[in-house]
Amino acid sequence: MDEQQENLIPVYIMGKRYMVPPTLTIMKAMEYAGYTLVRGVGCRGGFCGACATTYRIKGDPKLYFGLACQTVVEPEMYLAQIPFFPAQRAYYDLKDLSPTSATLFSTYPQLLRCLGCGACTKACPQDLDVRAYMAAGMKGDIADMADLSFDCIMCGLCAARCPAEEAQYNIAILARRLYGRYLAPRSDHLQARLEEIEAGAFDDQLEELKELSRDELVERYETRDIEPE
Amino acid sequence: MSGYPAEMRESIKNVEATRMRRLDETYPRMSMEERERVLDAFHPDYIDEKMRAIRVGVSEGQRMPLELADVLEGRPHVDADFDLSDPTAETDVLIIGGGGAGASAALLAQENGAEVIVATKLRFGDANTMMAQGGIQAADRPNDSPAIHYLDVIGGGHFTNDPDLVEALVSDAPIVIDWLESLGMMFDKEPDGTMMERHGGGTSRKRMHSARDYSGAEIMRTVRDEVRNREDDIRVIEFSPAVEMVLDDEGRVAGAIVMNLETRSKAYIKAKSVIVATGGGGRLHFQGFPTTNHYGATADGVVMAYRAGAELGYLESMQYHPTGAAFPEQIVGQLVTEKTRGLGAQPVNKHGEQFVFPLEPRDVEAAAFIRECEENGNGVMTPTGQPGVWLDSPMIEIIHGPGTVEKNLPAMVRQFRRFGIDITEEPMLVYPTLHYQNGGVRLNPDGSTKIPGLFIAGEVSGGVHGHNRLMGNSLLEVTVFGRRAGRAAAAYVRSVELSRPNLSHVASWNRELDEAGVDTGVVSPILLPDYTRHV
Repeated sequence: MDEQQENLIPVYIMGKRYMVPPTLTIMKAMEYAGYTLVRGVGCRGGFCGACATTYRIKGDPKLYFGLACQTVVEPEMYLAQIPFFPAQRAYYDLKDLSPTSATLFSTYPQLLRCLGCGACTKACPQDLDVRAYMAAGMKGDIADMADLSFDCIMCGLCAARCPAEEAQYNIAILARRLYGRYLAPRSDHLQARLEEIEAGAFDDQLEELKELSRDELVERYETRDIEPE
Repeated sequence: MSGYPAEMRESIKNVEATRMRRLDETYPRMSMEERERVLDAFHPDYIDEKMRAIRVGVSEGQRMPLELADVLEGRPHVDADFDLSDPTAETDVLIIGGGGAGASAALLAQENGAEVIVATKLRFGDANTMMAQGGIQAADRPNDSPAIHYLDVIGGGHFTNDPDLVEALVSDAPIVIDWLESLGMMFDKEPDGTMMERHGGGTSRKRMHSARDYSGAEIMRTVRDEVRNREDDIRVIEFSPAVEMVLDDEGRVAGAIVMNLETRSKAYIKAKSVIVATGGGGRLHFQGFPTTNHYGATADGVVMAYRAGAELGYLESMQYHPTGAAFPEQIVGQLVTEKTRGLGAQPVNKHGEQFVFPLEPRDVEAAAFIRECEENGNGVMTPTGQPGVWLDSPMIEIIHGPGTVEKNLPAMVRQFRRFGIDITEEPMLVYPTLHYQNGGVRLNPDGSTKIPGLFIAGEVSGGVHGHNRLMGNSLLEVTVFGRRAGRAAAAYVRSVELSRPNLSHVASWNRELDEAGVDTGVVSPILLPDYTRHV
């Protein structure tokens, strides 16, 4: 234990100093220090955006951003989990919208106020170019905005840092939903299959399979043909 | 960029040396007998001393992991005399859980005329659905059919699945894909609109639909966004897990007790129907395994439904995903998507040699990894003593062209790059991790249970996957059965007038525990795992 403790490093959690192992993530360091997390914790795997956080390091004027579950502690880190950052969200019925720039601008008028400063891009823990997708949005390029924002985990750090009070991640999901419903090319094979299901084309086959004995099922399974790679 | 220590880099040289030769080598699939042998000897479900029978309740005698039995046999958070006279809210349908199943259920219940409340433990969307990477199965290509999908599901589940549930799963699959797209989900497609579909472990057709490797996140954020658009009819209450069901004098569901997670105060939400969509129990860390699961995955729904009298099934069977990260230590247990193997990455041992067909069903693949490390001694050991085998991701760039990994697995690339590992150039070290609860509460194809008004959807249920779930069938399960439960619950509430709500089942539960002399020292559901250091 003593030997281990020699390797501990100091961090500051909400102002208090703690010694923690240097291999821990911010999240695990807080738990090591005794905090049971309720806010600012989610999937613990980098997908949900719940633990997006900011931190500083002693003597360094820069403000850093990251996911607490994915960022390893450093000596003299100043840590505080932040609750979700509020941002404006529009209400809409996707069925009533058309996939046009006018829809983006009328649903989120602030989109056109973007200053292009890039504070959002610097804050993004996913390393997305938020400024670039906002620029695509201002040009009315829904497909580009949808593509560039696709890996967004909606953590809200972009909105927290924005001097123009944008709600980038909410505008981006509108763009993605417009793209998915209206602009993505249609899948003819899917529509054909839906018609077959509607017509009951597979009902007999399924009914037959359900009636098979275990041995018959095993036989069918082992001899089924497998589509090559 | 190598974030690997020197010893591990030595083994990576073996992987590189064999790579070009292995591109043309296909390791043979196991026969059914070989599968049985490796499962019996190496799969965690088959270790008798890590399992026990539950001693109380309607499914008494059922075998399950020790950790789950302890929680299931726990004491309730509330007493039977908890005051139910002044509900904090009333609704038609109360949905417990704000993941993919709960959100899908909310939409369909609302569309079918019900007023809905969603009570969820953490934030809306904090769920395993959000973390699912690889994809969702649906038989929608001309060479495929729901019947072929059915055979894959039931063979993968070792022929133990509930046939009616499997039928529902595969029949609704193409419908669900179309529904998700109508909500604006972005699937991976060819320029002509053809869905890009791949194999998953145990599939006989390419039917894995994906959204890069954010498939689950894309589903979750899309259905969540739609629920938020309907806030007049669907009220979402966050940080408010349910802790106990409430029944009426006729034994019908009458709502649930929810707890404010921060103040710990409890309140009664009265409802004519309850849909339990709380997900699985990976955070109970069965057999000490790390897990891919969400922080809140503590089997709450199984505990509550069981105490209220619902039957359980298949809980002797947990899914250990073959490819959990084994290095670096910070992400041990986190998911490396099966899509990585679907794209062509082979699992290889420390000598750089293949030892298993890359896409066996998950339980077989996981057992083969454990055998390669434990019995054959061909695993790679990390500096902290974690064994693993290599997953040769750079092969993907050779097979499909440079840039394929970045384009198809951006979440994986990002995950490992944060720790100095470039998976386009270096393999990943992987080892099985606790991923999914195959069993749970028994249900009918419409989500209903033996308790009137109680519906079940998603990972909390048991039966559709039998003893082993295939990749891409859980995102399918949450949407298919979420939608079914929402629709059925909305229909059910139209004719229900509740009588006096009560908690008498809590009193009888406590009595049963006392009479059986059972005291596990647990108050359940436990709600969150305890990761704080106790000094």
